[in-house]
Amino acid sequence: MKRVLPPALVALVLLGLWQWWVTAFEIPVFLVPSPARIAQTLVADWALLSAALLVTLKVTFLSLVCAVVLGVAVAFAFVQSRWIETAFFPYAVLLQVTPIVAIAPLIIIWVQSPTLSLVICATIVAIFPIIANTTLGLRSVNRGLVSLFRMNGASRWQMLIRLRVPSALPYFFGGLRVASGLSLIGAVVAEFVAGTGGTGTGLAYQILQAGYQLNIPRMFAALALIAATGVLLFVLMGWLSHRALGGWHESARPADGAL
Amino acid sequence: MLTTAPPAVEILGAEKTYPSGTRALLPVNLAVQRGEVVTLLGPSGCGKSTLLNLVAGLLTPSAGEVKVWGNDRGTSAAPAASDVSFVFQEATLMPWARVEANVRLPLDLQGIARAEADVRVNDALRLVGLEKFAHAYPRELSGGMQMRASIARSLVTEPTLLLMDEPFGALDEITRNRLDDELLRLRRQRDLTVIFVTHSIHEAVYLSDRVVVMTARPGRVVDELAIEPSLPRDEAFRVSTEFAAYAKRLQDALLAASSNADEALT
Repeated sequence: MKRVLPPALVALVLLGLWQWWVTAFEIPVFLVPSPARIAQTLVADWALLSAALLVTLKVTFLSLVCAVVLGVAVAFAFVQSRWIETAFFPYAVLLQVTPIVAIAPLIIIWVQSPTLSLVICATIVAIFPIIANTTLGLRSVNRGLVSLFRMNGASRWQMLIRLRVPSALPYFFGGLRVASGLSLIGAVVAEFVAGTGGTGTGLAYQILQAGYQLNIPRMFAALALIAATGVLLFVLMGWLSHRALGGWHESARPADGAL
Repeated sequence: MLTTAPPAVEILGAEKTYPSGTRALLPVNLAVQRGEVVTLLGPSGCGKSTLLNLVAGLLTPSAGEVKVWGNDRGTSAAPAASDVSFVFQEATLMPWARVEANVRLPLDLQGIARAEADVRVNDALRLVGLEKFAHAYPRELSGGMQMRASIARSLVTEPTLLLMDEPFGALDEITRNRLDDELLRLRRQRDLTVIFVTHSIHEAVYLSDRVVVMTARPGRVVDELAIEPSLPRDEAFRVSTEFAAYAKRLQDALLAASSNADEALT
Protein backbone atom coordinates (compact mmCIF):
# COMPACT_ATOMS: atom_id res chain seq x y z
CA MET A 1 0.00 0.00 0.00
CA LYS A 2 2.83 2.35 0.95
CA ARG A 3 4.30 1.89 -2.50
CA VAL A 4 1.04 2.50 -4.37
CA LEU A 5 -0.40 5.44 -2.46
CA PRO A 6 2.23 8.17 -3.05
CA PRO A 7 2.44 7.76 -6.85
CA ALA A 8 -1.37 7.51 -7.02
CA LEU A 9 -1.64 10.79 -5.12
CA VAL A 10 0.81 12.44 -7.50
CA ALA A 11 -1.20 11.18 -10.47
CA LEU A 12 -4.41 12.51 -8.96
CA VAL A 13 -2.92 15.95 -8.38
CA LEU A 14 -1.39 16.15 -11.85
CA LEU A 15 -4.59 15.02 -13.57
CA GLY A 16 -6.58 17.51 -11.50
CA LEU A 17 -4.24 20.33 -12.50
CA TRP A 18 -4.45 19.28 -16.13
CA GLN A 19 -8.26 19.19 -16.04
CA TRP A 20 -8.40 22.60 -14.38
CA TRP A 21 -5.93 24.15 -16.81
CA VAL A 22 -7.76 22.87 -19.89
CA THR A 23 -11.15 24.08 -18.62
CA ALA A 24 -9.98 27.38 -17.15
CA PHE A 25 -8.10 28.47 -20.28
CA GLU A 26 -10.57 26.87 -22.69
CA ILE A 27 -7.87 24.92 -24.51
CA PRO A 28 -9.38 23.49 -27.71
CA VAL A 29 -9.82 19.73 -27.64
CA PHE A 30 -7.79 19.24 -30.88
CA LEU A 31 -4.74 20.68 -29.09
CA VAL A 32 -4.92 19.17 -25.59
CA PRO A 33 -7.97 17.15 -24.57
CA SER A 34 -8.84 17.04 -20.88
CA PRO A 35 -8.32 13.86 -18.87
CA ALA A 36 -12.07 13.45 -18.60
CA ARG A 37 -12.38 13.68 -22.37
CA ILE A 38 -9.63 11.10 -22.81
CA ALA A 39 -11.39 8.77 -20.40
CA GLN A 40 -14.64 9.22 -22.34
CA THR A 41 -12.83 8.42 -25.57
CA LEU A 42 -11.30 5.33 -23.99
CA VAL A 43 -14.77 4.06 -23.18
CA ALA A 44 -16.39 5.14 -26.43
CA ASP A 45 -13.61 3.72 -28.64
CA TRP A 46 -12.93 0.73 -26.42
CA ALA A 47 -13.82 -1.82 -29.11
CA LEU A 48 -11.31 -0.32 -31.51
CA LEU A 49 -8.63 0.43 -28.95
CA SER A 50 -8.81 -2.86 -27.07
CA ALA A 51 -8.43 -4.78 -30.34
CA ALA A 52 -5.37 -2.64 -31.11
CA LEU A 53 -4.03 -3.14 -27.61
CA LEU A 54 -4.28 -6.90 -28.02
CA VAL A 55 -2.27 -6.75 -31.24
CA THR A 56 0.45 -4.65 -29.59
CA LEU A 57 0.47 -6.91 -26.54
CA LYS A 58 0.83 -9.96 -28.75
CA VAL A 59 3.83 -8.49 -30.56
CA THR A 60 5.36 -7.33 -27.28
CA PHE A 61 5.07 -10.69 -25.56
CA LEU A 62 6.17 -12.71 -28.56
CA SER A 63 9.22 -10.53 -28.99
CA LEU A 64 10.03 -10.66 -25.29
CA VAL A 65 9.83 -14.45 -25.36
CA CYS A 66 12.04 -14.55 -28.47
CA ALA A 67 14.52 -12.14 -26.87
CA VAL A 68 14.70 -14.26 -23.71
CA VAL A 69 15.08 -17.58 -25.53
CA LEU A 70 17.60 -16.32 -28.09
CA GLY A 71 19.39 -14.01 -25.66
CA VAL A 72 19.90 -16.74 -23.07
CA ALA A 73 21.04 -19.18 -25.78
CA VAL A 74 23.59 -16.66 -27.03
CA ALA A 75 24.78 -15.99 -23.47
CA PHE A 76 25.29 -19.72 -22.90
CA ALA A 77 27.28 -19.91 -26.14
CA PHE A 78 29.39 -16.92 -25.03
CA VAL A 79 30.40 -18.46 -21.72
CA GLN A 80 31.40 -21.72 -23.38
CA SER A 81 34.50 -20.06 -24.75
CA ARG A 82 36.15 -16.67 -24.66
CA TRP A 83 36.85 -17.06 -28.35
CA ILE A 84 33.16 -17.26 -29.24
CA GLU A 85 32.43 -14.25 -27.06
CA THR A 86 35.26 -12.16 -28.48
CA ALA A 87 34.29 -13.10 -32.03
CA PHE A 88 30.56 -12.48 -31.74
CA PHE A 89 30.08 -9.86 -29.03
CA PRO A 90 30.70 -6.91 -31.40
CA TYR A 91 27.78 -8.12 -33.50
CA ALA A 92 25.53 -8.19 -30.46
CA VAL A 93 26.57 -4.59 -29.88
CA LEU A 94 25.86 -3.86 -33.54
CA LEU A 95 22.27 -5.02 -33.00
CA GLN A 96 22.04 -2.74 -30.02
CA VAL A 97 23.41 0.43 -31.61
CA THR A 98 21.65 0.26 -34.98
CA PRO A 99 18.44 2.31 -34.75
CA ILE A 100 15.49 0.02 -35.30
CA VAL A 101 13.66 2.62 -37.42
CA ALA A 102 16.51 2.32 -39.90
CA ILE A 103 16.29 -1.46 -40.30
CA ALA A 104 12.55 -1.92 -39.81
CA PRO A 105 11.58 -1.01 -43.42
CA LEU A 106 14.00 -3.63 -44.73
CA ILE A 107 12.69 -6.33 -42.43
CA ILE A 108 9.12 -5.44 -43.34
CA ILE A 109 9.97 -5.80 -47.04
CA TRP A 110 11.80 -9.09 -46.52
CA VAL A 111 9.38 -10.80 -44.20
CA GLN A 112 5.94 -11.61 -45.59
CA SER A 113 3.98 -11.96 -42.37
CA PRO A 114 3.35 -8.54 -40.80
CA THR A 115 3.19 -9.93 -37.26
CA LEU A 116 6.44 -11.82 -37.74
CA SER A 117 8.23 -8.75 -39.12
CA LEU A 118 7.08 -6.69 -36.13
CA VAL A 119 8.20 -9.41 -33.73
CA ILE A 120 11.62 -9.57 -35.39
CA CYS A 121 12.07 -5.79 -35.05
CA ALA A 122 11.00 -5.74 -31.40
CA THR A 123 13.21 -8.73 -30.61
CA ILE A 124 16.24 -6.95 -32.06
CA VAL A 125 15.49 -4.01 -29.77
CA ALA A 126 14.94 -6.12 -26.65
CA ILE A 127 17.60 -8.80 -26.92
CA PHE A 128 20.78 -6.95 -25.95
CA PRO A 129 20.20 -6.49 -22.21
CA ILE A 130 19.33 -10.18 -21.95
CA ILE A 131 22.54 -11.22 -23.71
CA ALA A 132 24.76 -8.78 -21.83
CA ASN A 133 23.31 -9.39 -18.36
CA THR A 134 23.03 -13.15 -18.65
CA THR A 135 26.60 -13.45 -19.94
CA LEU A 136 27.86 -11.31 -17.08
CA GLY A 137 25.82 -13.36 -14.62
CA LEU A 138 27.03 -16.70 -15.91
CA ARG A 139 30.59 -15.45 -15.52
CA SER A 140 30.08 -13.89 -12.08
CA VAL A 141 30.57 -17.08 -10.16
CA ASN A 142 32.21 -17.17 -6.76
CA ARG A 143 35.71 -18.59 -7.33
CA GLY A 144 35.68 -20.45 -4.04
CA LEU A 145 32.52 -22.26 -5.08
CA VAL A 146 34.16 -23.17 -8.39
CA SER A 147 37.07 -24.71 -6.45
CA LEU A 148 34.64 -26.54 -4.19
CA PHE A 149 32.75 -27.97 -7.16
CA ARG A 150 36.02 -29.02 -8.80
CA MET A 151 37.35 -30.65 -5.65
CA ASN A 152 34.19 -32.74 -5.44
CA GLY A 153 34.53 -33.88 -9.02
CA ALA A 154 31.62 -31.89 -10.47
CA SER A 155 31.00 -32.34 -14.17
CA ARG A 156 30.77 -29.39 -16.54
CA TRP A 157 27.01 -29.90 -16.63
CA GLN A 158 26.67 -29.90 -12.82
CA MET A 159 28.79 -26.77 -12.70
CA LEU A 160 26.48 -25.08 -15.20
CA ILE A 161 23.14 -26.13 -13.73
CA ARG A 162 23.95 -26.03 -10.04
CA LEU A 163 26.36 -23.10 -9.96
CA ARG A 164 26.42 -20.87 -13.02
CA VAL A 165 22.69 -20.72 -13.68
CA PRO A 166 21.63 -19.82 -10.12
CA SER A 167 24.47 -17.29 -9.91
CA ALA A 168 23.22 -15.69 -13.12
CA LEU A 169 19.57 -15.40 -12.10
CA PRO A 170 19.72 -11.97 -10.42
CA TYR A 171 21.57 -10.55 -13.43
CA PHE A 172 19.13 -12.20 -15.82
CA PHE A 173 16.13 -10.69 -14.08
CA GLY A 174 17.75 -7.26 -14.17
CA GLY A 175 18.12 -7.70 -17.92
CA LEU A 176 14.57 -8.99 -18.24
CA ARG A 177 13.17 -5.86 -16.63
CA VAL A 178 14.93 -3.64 -19.13
CA ALA A 179 14.09 -5.94 -22.03
CA SER A 180 10.38 -5.98 -21.23
CA GLY A 181 10.20 -2.21 -21.63
CA LEU A 182 12.31 -2.35 -24.76
CA SER A 183 10.11 -5.01 -26.36
CA LEU A 184 7.10 -2.72 -25.98
CA ILE A 185 9.06 0.21 -27.43
CA GLY A 186 10.25 -2.04 -30.24
CA ALA A 187 6.72 -3.22 -30.97
CA VAL A 188 5.38 0.33 -31.13
CA VAL A 189 8.26 1.78 -33.14
CA ALA A 190 8.21 -1.07 -35.65
CA GLU A 191 4.50 -0.61 -36.12
CA PHE A 192 4.96 3.07 -36.75
CA VAL A 193 7.21 2.16 -39.64
CA ALA A 194 5.08 -0.74 -40.84
CA GLY A 195 1.72 0.85 -40.09
CA THR A 196 1.97 3.27 -42.99
CA GLY A 197 1.93 0.23 -45.24
CA GLY A 198 -1.48 -0.60 -43.82
CA THR A 199 -0.40 -3.88 -42.28
CA GLY A 200 -1.04 -3.40 -38.58
CA THR A 201 -3.95 -2.56 -36.37
CA GLY A 202 -1.92 -2.11 -33.19
CA LEU A 203 -1.90 0.93 -30.93
CA ALA A 204 0.81 2.68 -32.94
CA TYR A 205 -1.32 2.37 -36.05
CA GLN A 206 -4.25 3.85 -34.14
CA ILE A 207 -2.10 6.80 -33.10
CA LEU A 208 -1.05 7.38 -36.71
CA GLN A 209 -4.64 7.12 -37.95
CA ALA A 210 -5.97 9.39 -35.22
CA GLY A 211 -3.22 11.88 -36.12
CA TYR A 212 -4.29 11.96 -39.78
CA GLN A 213 -7.89 12.52 -38.70
CA LEU A 214 -6.91 15.09 -36.05
CA ASN A 215 -8.71 12.88 -33.54
CA ILE A 216 -6.47 14.02 -30.71
CA PRO A 217 -8.47 12.49 -27.82
CA ARG A 218 -8.13 9.06 -29.39
CA MET A 219 -4.42 9.67 -29.87
CA PHE A 220 -4.08 10.42 -26.17
CA ALA A 221 -6.23 7.43 -25.26
CA ALA A 222 -3.96 5.11 -27.27
CA LEU A 223 -0.92 6.75 -25.71
CA ALA A 224 -2.36 6.20 -22.23
CA LEU A 225 -2.86 2.52 -23.03
CA ILE A 226 0.76 2.15 -24.18
CA ALA A 227 2.04 3.86 -21.03
CA ALA A 228 -0.18 1.70 -18.82
CA THR A 229 1.06 -1.43 -20.60
CA GLY A 230 4.66 -0.37 -19.98
CA VAL A 231 4.04 0.18 -16.29
CA LEU A 232 2.20 -3.12 -15.96
CA LEU A 233 5.04 -4.96 -17.70
CA PHE A 234 7.56 -3.40 -15.33
CA VAL A 235 5.51 -4.37 -12.29
CA LEU A 236 4.97 -7.87 -13.64
CA MET A 237 8.71 -8.38 -14.20
CA GLY A 238 9.45 -7.06 -10.73
CA TRP A 239 6.98 -9.52 -9.28
CA LEU A 240 8.46 -12.40 -11.29
CA SER A 241 11.96 -11.51 -10.18
CA HIS A 242 10.82 -11.27 -6.58
CA ARG A 243 9.17 -14.68 -6.82
CA ALA A 244 12.27 -16.26 -8.31
CA LEU A 245 14.84 -14.63 -6.02
CA GLY A 246 12.66 -14.18 -2.97
CA GLY A 247 14.38 -15.29 0.18
CA TRP A 248 17.95 -15.33 -0.93
CA HIS A 249 18.95 -12.35 -3.03
CA GLU A 250 19.59 -8.88 -1.65
CA SER A 251 17.48 -7.25 -4.37
CA ALA A 252 14.44 -9.26 -3.23
CA ARG A 253 14.81 -8.19 0.38
CA PRO A 254 12.23 -5.92 1.91
CA ALA A 255 14.48 -2.96 2.65
CA ASP A 256 13.65 -0.51 5.42
CA GLY A 257 14.34 2.66 3.49
CA ALA A 258 14.59 2.20 -0.25
CA LEU A 259 11.75 0.81 -2.35
CA MET B 1 59.73 -49.64 9.13
CA LEU B 2 56.91 -51.53 7.43
CA THR B 3 54.50 -50.58 10.19
CA THR B 4 55.04 -46.88 9.65
CA ALA B 5 52.01 -45.33 7.99
CA PRO B 6 52.70 -42.77 5.29
CA PRO B 7 52.46 -39.19 6.49
CA ALA B 8 49.16 -37.44 5.79
CA VAL B 9 50.91 -34.93 3.61
CA GLU B 10 54.40 -35.04 2.19
CA ILE B 11 55.74 -32.04 0.32
CA LEU B 12 59.01 -32.77 -1.46
CA GLY B 13 60.69 -29.70 -2.89
CA ALA B 14 57.40 -28.39 -4.26
CA GLU B 15 57.56 -24.89 -5.65
CA LYS B 16 55.31 -22.61 -7.66
CA THR B 17 56.35 -20.16 -10.32
CA TYR B 18 53.61 -18.55 -12.37
CA PRO B 19 53.95 -18.27 -16.16
CA SER B 20 54.45 -14.52 -15.65
CA GLY B 21 57.69 -15.37 -13.83
CA THR B 22 56.39 -14.50 -10.37
CA ARG B 23 57.91 -16.87 -7.83
CA ALA B 24 54.99 -17.45 -5.48
CA LEU B 25 56.74 -20.16 -3.50
CA LEU B 26 60.34 -21.35 -3.28
CA PRO B 27 60.88 -25.11 -2.84
CA VAL B 28 59.26 -26.40 0.34
CA ASN B 29 59.90 -29.63 2.21
CA LEU B 30 57.30 -30.48 4.80
CA ALA B 31 55.70 -33.61 6.20
CA VAL B 32 52.46 -33.54 8.18
CA GLN B 33 51.81 -36.62 10.30
CA ARG B 34 48.42 -38.16 10.75
CA GLY B 35 46.39 -36.37 13.43
CA GLU B 36 48.65 -33.34 13.52
CA VAL B 37 47.48 -29.73 13.38
CA VAL B 38 50.04 -27.74 11.43
CA THR B 39 49.69 -24.01 10.98
CA LEU B 40 51.19 -22.05 8.13
CA LEU B 41 51.88 -18.61 9.59
CA GLY B 42 53.07 -15.58 7.69
CA PRO B 43 52.25 -12.20 6.20
CA SER B 44 50.29 -11.64 2.99
CA GLY B 45 52.10 -12.86 -0.09
CA CYS B 46 54.25 -15.42 1.73
CA GLY B 47 52.80 -18.27 -0.34
CA LYS B 48 50.89 -19.94 2.48
CA SER B 49 47.67 -20.06 0.49
CA THR B 50 49.61 -21.21 -2.55
CA LEU B 51 51.07 -24.06 -0.52
CA LEU B 52 47.62 -25.03 0.73
CA ASN B 53 46.23 -24.96 -2.80
CA LEU B 54 49.05 -27.25 -3.91
CA VAL B 55 48.06 -29.74 -1.22
CA ALA B 56 44.39 -29.38 -2.22
CA GLY B 57 45.26 -30.13 -5.82
CA LEU B 58 43.78 -26.81 -6.91
CA LEU B 59 47.23 -25.81 -8.16
CA THR B 60 49.96 -28.02 -9.58
CA PRO B 61 53.56 -27.45 -8.48
CA SER B 62 56.00 -26.10 -11.06
CA ALA B 63 58.54 -28.54 -9.69
CA GLY B 64 58.70 -31.07 -6.88
CA GLU B 65 56.05 -33.35 -5.50
CA VAL B 66 53.03 -33.16 -3.22
CA LYS B 67 51.77 -36.43 -1.77
CA VAL B 68 48.56 -36.83 0.18
CA TRP B 69 48.22 -40.14 2.02
CA GLY B 70 51.08 -41.43 -0.10
CA ASN B 71 49.44 -40.57 -3.44
CA ASP B 72 51.11 -38.11 -5.72
CA ARG B 73 48.94 -35.07 -6.34
CA GLY B 74 50.85 -33.89 -9.36
CA THR B 75 50.61 -36.99 -11.53
CA SER B 76 46.85 -37.03 -11.87
CA ALA B 77 44.85 -34.12 -13.22
CA ALA B 78 41.99 -35.48 -11.13
CA PRO B 79 40.65 -33.13 -8.49
CA ALA B 80 41.19 -33.76 -4.81
CA ALA B 81 40.02 -37.06 -3.41
CA SER B 82 36.97 -37.11 -1.23
CA ASP B 83 39.03 -37.62 1.91
CA VAL B 84 40.38 -34.07 1.67
CA SER B 85 38.19 -31.06 2.43
CA PHE B 86 38.90 -27.41 1.98
CA VAL B 87 37.55 -24.53 4.06
CA PHE B 88 37.82 -21.16 2.35
CA GLN B 89 38.60 -17.70 3.67
CA GLU B 90 34.96 -16.79 3.43
CA ALA B 91 32.05 -19.08 4.15
CA THR B 92 31.55 -19.44 0.36
CA LEU B 93 28.00 -20.72 0.67
CA MET B 94 25.54 -20.76 -2.20
CA PRO B 95 23.22 -17.86 -1.31
CA TRP B 96 20.28 -19.40 -3.17
CA ALA B 97 20.38 -22.66 -1.23
CA ARG B 98 19.34 -23.27 2.35
CA VAL B 99 21.97 -24.32 4.90
CA GLU B 100 20.92 -27.94 4.61
CA ALA B 101 21.35 -27.94 0.81
CA ASN B 102 24.69 -26.16 1.11
CA VAL B 103 26.02 -28.79 3.47
CA ARG B 104 24.65 -31.55 1.25
CA LEU B 105 26.35 -30.22 -1.88
CA PRO B 106 29.58 -32.28 -1.79
CA LEU B 107 27.55 -35.47 -1.28
CA ASP B 108 25.25 -34.58 -4.18
CA LEU B 109 28.22 -33.91 -6.46
CA GLN B 110 29.82 -37.20 -5.46
CA GLY B 111 26.57 -39.06 -6.08
CA ILE B 112 26.02 -40.34 -2.53
CA ALA B 113 22.60 -41.98 -2.07
CA ARG B 114 19.91 -39.75 -0.60
CA ALA B 115 19.21 -41.76 2.55
CA GLU B 116 22.86 -41.91 3.50
CA ALA B 117 23.33 -38.24 2.65
CA ASP B 118 20.41 -37.28 4.92
CA VAL B 119 22.08 -38.97 7.87
CA ARG B 120 25.46 -37.41 7.19
CA VAL B 121 24.04 -33.93 6.67
CA ASN B 122 22.18 -34.12 9.97
CA ASP B 123 25.30 -35.37 11.73
CA ALA B 124 27.42 -32.58 10.31
CA LEU B 125 24.87 -29.91 11.24
CA ARG B 126 24.61 -31.26 14.79
CA LEU B 127 28.39 -31.34 15.05
CA VAL B 128 28.61 -27.58 14.47
CA GLY B 129 25.41 -26.78 16.36
CA LEU B 130 23.39 -25.62 13.39
CA GLU B 131 20.66 -28.27 13.39
CA LYS B 132 18.04 -25.62 14.21
CA PHE B 133 19.09 -23.54 11.21
CA ALA B 134 19.01 -26.26 8.55
CA HIS B 135 16.27 -24.46 6.64
CA ALA B 136 17.65 -20.93 6.91
CA TYR B 137 19.22 -19.10 4.01
CA PRO B 138 22.89 -18.13 4.46
CA ARG B 139 22.12 -14.41 4.59
CA GLU B 140 19.91 -15.02 7.61
CA LEU B 141 22.94 -16.26 9.56
CA SER B 142 25.68 -14.30 11.31
CA GLY B 143 29.23 -14.46 9.98
CA GLY B 144 30.23 -17.00 12.60
CA MET B 145 27.24 -19.21 11.87
CA GLN B 146 27.94 -19.03 8.14
CA MET B 147 31.47 -20.22 8.87
CA ARG B 148 30.07 -23.10 10.92
CA ALA B 149 27.87 -24.07 7.97
CA SER B 150 30.97 -23.98 5.81
CA ILE B 151 32.78 -26.26 8.27
CA ALA B 152 29.79 -28.60 8.38
CA ARG B 153 29.96 -28.78 4.59
CA SER B 154 33.66 -29.67 4.76
CA LEU B 155 33.05 -32.40 7.34
CA VAL B 156 30.06 -33.98 5.62
CA THR B 157 32.30 -36.02 3.34
CA GLU B 158 34.02 -37.41 6.44
CA PRO B 159 37.47 -36.24 5.37
CA THR B 160 40.68 -37.34 7.06
CA LEU B 161 42.53 -34.20 6.02
CA LEU B 162 41.12 -30.73 6.50
CA LEU B 163 42.72 -27.77 4.73
CA MET B 164 41.73 -24.38 6.09
CA ASP B 165 42.68 -21.10 4.42
CA GLU B 166 42.37 -18.31 7.03
CA PRO B 167 38.84 -19.47 7.76
CA PHE B 168 38.17 -17.21 10.73
CA GLY B 169 40.09 -14.15 9.51
CA ALA B 170 36.99 -12.07 8.88
CA LEU B 171 35.34 -12.79 12.23
CA ASP B 172 35.48 -10.87 15.48
CA GLU B 173 37.92 -12.13 18.07
CA ILE B 174 35.37 -13.66 20.44
CA THR B 175 33.71 -15.64 17.66
CA ARG B 176 37.10 -16.61 16.33
CA ASN B 177 38.27 -17.95 19.69
CA ARG B 178 35.08 -19.96 20.06
CA LEU B 179 35.46 -21.46 16.60
CA ASP B 180 39.11 -22.28 17.36
CA ASP B 181 37.89 -24.29 20.34
CA GLU B 182 35.28 -26.03 18.22
CA LEU B 183 37.89 -26.90 15.65
CA LEU B 184 40.05 -28.55 18.30
CA ARG B 185 37.03 -30.51 19.56
CA LEU B 186 36.12 -31.65 16.03
CA ARG B 187 39.69 -32.65 15.42
CA ARG B 188 39.60 -34.96 18.45
CA GLN B 189 36.16 -36.34 17.63
CA ARG B 190 36.89 -37.00 13.97
CA ASP B 191 40.60 -37.86 14.24
CA LEU B 192 41.37 -35.09 11.75
CA THR B 193 44.66 -33.99 10.31
CA VAL B 194 44.53 -30.24 9.81
CA ILE B 195 46.62 -27.76 7.84
CA PHE B 196 45.56 -24.30 8.91
CA VAL B 197 46.63 -21.05 7.26
CA THR B 198 46.57 -17.90 9.36
CA HIS B 199 48.31 -14.59 9.83
CA SER B 200 47.43 -14.50 13.53
CA ILE B 201 50.28 -15.50 15.82
CA HIS B 202 47.92 -16.15 18.72
CA GLU B 203 45.64 -18.37 16.69
CA ALA B 204 48.67 -20.30 15.45
CA VAL B 205 49.97 -20.95 18.97
CA TYR B 206 46.56 -21.90 20.29
CA LEU B 207 45.63 -24.37 17.58
CA SER B 208 48.85 -25.98 16.51
CA ASP B 209 51.03 -28.92 17.24
CA ARG B 210 53.51 -27.30 14.91
CA VAL B 211 53.79 -23.83 13.42
CA VAL B 212 55.52 -23.34 10.07
CA VAL B 213 56.73 -19.76 9.71
CA MET B 214 56.74 -18.33 6.19
CA THR B 215 57.83 -15.04 4.71
CA ALA B 216 57.19 -13.04 1.57
CA ARG B 217 59.16 -11.77 -1.44
CA PRO B 218 59.61 -14.50 -2.46
CA GLY B 219 57.31 -16.80 -0.49
CA ARG B 220 59.23 -19.42 1.45
CA VAL B 221 59.42 -21.38 4.70
CA VAL B 222 61.86 -19.86 7.19
CA ASP B 223 61.25 -21.53 10.52
CA GLU B 224 59.32 -24.17 12.38
CA LEU B 225 58.17 -24.33 15.98
CA ALA B 226 56.58 -27.24 17.83
CA ILE B 227 54.01 -26.39 20.50
CA GLU B 228 54.01 -28.77 23.48
CA PRO B 229 50.92 -30.93 22.84
CA SER B 230 50.40 -31.73 26.53
CA LEU B 231 49.47 -28.12 27.28
CA PRO B 232 45.70 -27.89 27.77
CA ARG B 233 44.07 -25.66 25.14
CA ASP B 234 41.74 -23.51 27.21
CA GLU B 235 41.27 -19.91 28.31
CA ALA B 236 44.03 -20.29 30.90
CA PHE B 237 46.46 -21.29 28.16
CA ARG B 238 45.75 -18.06 26.27
CA VAL B 239 47.08 -15.98 29.17
CA SER B 240 49.83 -18.36 30.34
CA THR B 241 53.53 -17.56 30.27
CA GLU B 242 54.16 -20.52 27.96
CA PHE B 243 51.69 -19.06 25.48
CA ALA B 244 53.41 -15.68 25.64
CA ALA B 245 56.80 -17.30 25.16
CA TYR B 246 55.66 -19.19 22.06
CA ALA B 247 54.06 -16.04 20.67
CA LYS B 248 57.27 -14.10 21.30
CA ARG B 249 59.36 -16.72 19.52
CA LEU B 250 57.07 -16.67 16.49
CA GLN B 251 57.00 -12.90 16.48
CA ASP B 252 60.80 -12.79 16.51
CA ALA B 253 61.01 -15.36 13.73
CA LEU B 254 58.61 -13.33 11.58
CA LEU B 255 60.47 -10.09 12.25
CA ALA B 256 63.88 -11.63 11.56
CA ALA B 257 62.60 -13.12 8.31
CA SER B 258 61.06 -9.89 7.09
CA SER B 259 64.12 -7.76 7.97
CA ASN B 260 66.35 -10.26 6.15
CA ALA B 261 64.07 -9.98 3.16
CA ASP B 262 64.27 -6.19 3.28
CA GLU B 263 68.07 -6.34 3.39
CA ALA B 264 68.10 -8.71 0.47
CA LEU B 265 66.09 -6.20 -1.50
CA THR B 266 68.36 -3.25 -0.84
